[in-house]
Amino acid sequence: MYLDHAASSTVRPTARAAFLTHLDAANGSAAHQRGQNARAVVEQAREQIAQHIGASPHEIVFTSGGTEADNLALKGICWAARDKTRTTPHLIVSATEHAAVRDVAVWLAERGDVTLDVVGCGPDGIVDVEAVLALLTPQTALVSVMYANNELGSINPIAELAKALATRGVALHTDAVQAMATLKVDVNREQISALAASGHKFGAPQGVGFAVLRRDLAVVPLLHGGGQDRGVRSGTFATALIASVAAAFTETVNDRPRVVAHITALTDRLAAGLCALDGVRRNGPTDAAKRLCSHVHLSLDALPSELLALRLDGLGIAASGGAACSSGATTASHVLVAAGITGTPLRLSLGWDSTVDEVEHTIAAFTQLLNSNAATSRLWV
Amino acid sequence: MSKVLIALSGGVDSSAAAALLVADGHDVTAVHLKLADTDTDAPPGHGCCTLDDAQDARRTAAMLDIPFYVWDLRDTFQTAVERPFAASYATGVTPNPCVTCNEKVKYAALLERAKTAGFDALATGHYAQLRRDGKPVVTPGPNVTLHRAKDAQKDQSYVLYMAQPEQLAHTLLPVGGYTKPQVRQIAADAGFRVAQKPDSYDICFIPDGDTAGYLAKRLPVAAGTIIDNDGTVLGEHDGVWRYTVGQRRGLGLDHHERRFVTDVNATTNTVTVGPRDALACAWVRIKTPRFTTSAPIQEHLLVQIRAHGRAHQATVVRDTNGLKITFLEPVYGVALGQAAVLYDRDNDLCYGGGMITDADRDAVFGLRNA
Repeated sequence: MYLDHAASSTVRPTARAAFLTHLDAANGSAAHQRGQNARAVVEQAREQIAQHIGASPHEIVFTSGGTEADNLALKGICWAARDKTRTTPHLIVSATEHAAVRDVAVWLAERGDVTLDVVGCGPDGIVDVEAVLALLTPQTALVSVMYANNELGSINPIAELAKALATRGVALHTDAVQAMATLKVDVNREQISALAASGHKFGAPQGVGFAVLRRDLAVVPLLHGGGQDRGVRSGTFATALIASVAAAFTETVNDRPRVVAHITALTDRLAAGLCALDGVRRNGPTDAAKRLCSHVHLSLDALPSELLALRLDGLGIAASGGAACSSGATTASHVLVAAGITGTPLRLSLGWDSTVDEVEHTIAAFTQLLNSNAATSRLWV
Repeated sequence: MSKVLIALSGGVDSSAAAALLVADGHDVTAVHLKLADTDTDAPPGHGCCTLDDAQDARRTAAMLDIPFYVWDLRDTFQTAVERPFAASYATGVTPNPCVTCNEKVKYAALLERAKTAGFDALATGHYAQLRRDGKPVVTPGPNVTLHRAKDAQKDQSYVLYMAQPEQLAHTLLPVGGYTKPQVRQIAADAGFRVAQKPDSYDICFIPDGDTAGYLAKRLPVAAGTIIDNDGTVLGEHDGVWRYTVGQRRGLGLDHHERRFVTDVNATTNTVTVGPRDALACAWVRIKTPRFTTSAPIQEHLLVQIRAHGRAHQATVVRDTNGLKITFLEPVYGVALGQAAVLYDRDNDLCYGGGMITDADRDAVFGLRNA
């Protein structure tokens, strides 16, 4: 049973086909016909993505994934602001950001490249707009708040925040990596200045993603070289991956109504089935409109996380038992700490090809597991 | 075939142990324990990983095609091993953190967790041998005795003395029957890149070996006097925890004879030094001994009082105050807090032992009660 789509989703058929079709592409910067063919594939992909996300094509910058897109936005925008104003820009990020934002922000602050404020969240993991606005200073160059949280699935009020920031002339970057599979995001309508997306969260292969960087935004490039992607991101176009991410995105957008209805029903069933068990609580927003329909985040009282990982593998369930640090140990997640959530965390996340069977099997397996392990709660004290 | 959990540190010993278990046909699962924070170079927010070791362990498991998990026991390790380690020094006692760790984290406690998780046995890379009816143990089960390792230089039975018979029945120590060079060869034959990895340090959470420096960051400065065993004040110290019984170096004393630390008294904040003779100890006491076997213990046996010391001939009497061990010849450098571990006369079978809670040094020079 694969219930870890939030970590990496299954590849969409159209994405697989696009990838294989363009695997032998020539260099998209080459002048010859095959090069031009490859370039056409890249630009077609750019147009598709731009259209789906409410941007113009040249605002799309292809990257290796979400982490690179976040790095590009934070470093690129903050450094550009510093160069322009000759002062140290102020950066605000939320406490629940993915490490690809959080660690970049801390790194920039430690180098003295920015002054940093971190805005907290409520117990539901949602960032409060007023709390962000209260931290603004005349030097604030960028605010980075994720569209939806990767662990709890909490959806932040990005449109509201972006609008408030736009009227104050402050750029908003949003890490939308978790949101793309199930939410419609429109950077133009929502006045988002910069956005990061990762292909493998919505059916593309791993290793490709994109940043949206609005045209009025000055960005210092991180990768210098051949000047591809309007000089912001040099490097030979990854034609097959780019074709693949556009195909996955297009299929995601077209299939979204079905997927949302389907996995909302599945996660409702999953949450109801599991929360009926002793010592299982659901975390995150209680209002379904404020959480991703793909995520069910639980706290388990009866199972230590180390044992949980073993048991899940034993049951053939792939799910996330918590944030894994680089050694592979599950550690207390900064998101759960910020939201004040206790207990052994378990994130179950569904995707476009999740099935009723997977959900029912998972509920049955957990029912048996928790009943047989009721006495292990003090194992690790 | 048994379901075996191997504690895989990322070093050569546990890697070879895992390979031997797989070769024996066991259903093996590996767990890497995160115990101490020693990664000072890690970027902010990532202080959690001795990454190389974890990677090595993961690589070993992948090569053996066995499941691999990382268990973060840093909090447990902090509470059960590191803090008591410093606290013991503060009370003038010299602890053995490896013994504590084996009891509270790495061996005895982990074994209980392994059993709860459904494993038949816990295996480790400790150098010690288990025998049943005189033969090496390759499958878990009762009636197991604990013995010195084949490689006397590497023997770790001393730090496993707390293993109870019931625990030994669920323990496998695959490398105990091999010498260190043989173990390296086993690892090399299995293709492990850790085959030539250097041996680890004695105290894993003090990788630079500077115990005094480690303690200095955690314990307060408390100046006191250093006196000679005749009562003469010889100098000052800035914390009794800097000293351990038997210590000769770093005393900074101007004395015409060689001086050794003979007593560390945290109550009076006094360090006593004296000639080597003053270290002579006729007996030690263990308040709460633990035994690896229910079999009777020889009256005349061998006792080891330091992790890397030789065993001394002694007689043992059990009374209401625990165990009194009387040495046939005086023993030098007995430190409270260290473990006294009992071996049979052949210096092979480990009976058990316990933390030294009292020692006779006072009787020799009669100072503390004077």
